[in-house]
Amino acid sequence: MANEHIVKSYDEELKRLTNLLARMGGLVESQIATAIQAVVQRDAELAATVVSVDVKVDDLEREIDDQVLRVMALRQPVAGDLRLVLGALRIGADLERAADYAKNVAKRASVLAQVPPLRPVHSIPRMGAMVREMLKDVLDAFAAQDLVKAVSVWNRDEELDEMYSSLFRELLTYMMEDPRNISGSTHLLFIAKNIERIGDHTTNIAETIHFLVKGVPLREARPKGDASSFAVVTADAKKA
Amino acid sequence: MDATVTTQNVSGATVPVPMPMPASKVAARGVNVHYGAKHALKSVDIDIRENQVTAFIGPSGCGKSTFLRCINRMNDTIASCRVTGDLRLDGQDIYDRSVDVVQLRARVGMVFQKANPFPKSIFENVAYGPKIHGLATKRSEFEEIVEKSLRGAGLWEEVKDRLDDPGTGLSGGQQQRLCIARAIAVSPEVILMDEPCSALDPIATAHVEELIDGLKSDYTIVIVTHNMQQAARVSQRTAFFHLGTLVEEDDTAKIFTNPRDERTQGYITGRYG
Repeated sequence: MANEHIVKSYDEELKRLTNLLARMGGLVESQIATAIQAVVQRDAELAATVVSVDVKVDDLEREIDDQVLRVMALRQPVAGDLRLVLGALRIGADLERAADYAKNVAKRASVLAQVPPLRPVHSIPRMGAMVREMLKDVLDAFAAQDLVKAVSVWNRDEELDEMYSSLFRELLTYMMEDPRNISGSTHLLFIAKNIERIGDHTTNIAETIHFLVKGVPLREARPKGDASSFAVVTADAKKA
Repeated sequence: MDATVTTQNVSGATVPVPMPMPASKVAARGVNVHYGAKHALKSVDIDIRENQVTAFIGPSGCGKSTFLRCINRMNDTIASCRVTGDLRLDGQDIYDRSVDVVQLRARVGMVFQKANPFPKSIFENVAYGPKIHGLATKRSEFEEIVEKSLRGAGLWEEVKDRLDDPGTGLSGGQQQRLCIARAIAVSPEVILMDEPCSALDPIATAHVEELIDGLKSDYTIVIVTHNMQQAARVSQRTAFFHLGTLVEEDDTAKIFTNPRDERTQGYITGRYG
């Protein structure tokens, strides 16, 4: 909706909402980046900053909630405005969850820093870069109301799921090789799972953008690449 | 013209057009209205559904009240007004020469923006219509109609002990409900409401809205309103008029969440008007 409201302050209130989301999105991006860096560099101090900064993300989500409530109560938005306001509420919640996962990654990074390095850790920066790219694109798509970009993010999640699946298999064999790897591998697996979950919230945001632009849900079934729920590694399979 | 109406579906096959559901009470096809040289309403097609509330919204001068007034031929009273096209009530041409306008207006009642009770008692206000239409003769019959109508308009409990007081002595909201009682006293099929709440406070408005919601099981209601939230609250279907054109008509929930036309979106979100 390019044209402005007759009442200018209404536009300002909606603008404030989108600005809050942009700020929150930027902060979540940097939280993810720092958490991944803490894993790669085995830096417990860096990990601790992610945990402490998470409070700011929570504060921003509360500000977004307040602003949504305010616009709904005072403006009674309809049609595209209503969808934008509802969308902002949902995107805020997805960003908050994504930030929580980044915080979990950071927490486990400080534990991982205390055990010997594991080879499969090399997958983490790749997954991290991928999910950051997806989040950046989905935030750009929101700012520009760009459906094509939003749908492309939505489609990319499959690749992230596949990365997670293959890391999952790799870690299973790694743990079977030597039980001393189990502790570190488990933490690594959770880290990868957390990143994969951030990807899911990013696709939720893409779906929300589709709804707020078009007014209808993105219906097609999203391609799924995560087969880890069905994966089993047996002792026999390992020998083969 | 009794050929079955057909259309082509996506695969190109010819299929019959599904019957509109629920049944349309008022049907307009290519209705145009001119006031002298001014083309006020441009080729309106609409089906107004039975036992539903249809709201007409749009900026001032968009033609919504003009169209409303076509339905009970109130425009006949304006000398320069010319109505063309096909407008039917239950399939019967409203503008046919044989139509008795007084009878038509008994079937299609109207409630106006400003409550306009007659300068008579509350009882007389309601009994007047049935009297001139010969719907009752005995005092007891009139009493029955008056009570039923006042109950229908949600006013009975408030006025039952002072039916002989002047109607004009009631509060604004009560006067408007009295006018609604007067409209339903002659058992109309359709009730047209032209901005019925614009002069009422929010509480009186809520009473009228609650009443409209209850009336729809017995009547087909068409309401013109400038208050879009009111249209959203009381109607099942909403029609948006702009510059004499019916831009879009759809389920009210659809109009207020995801309208098809940019102009509808612009108007209801307050971007122009």
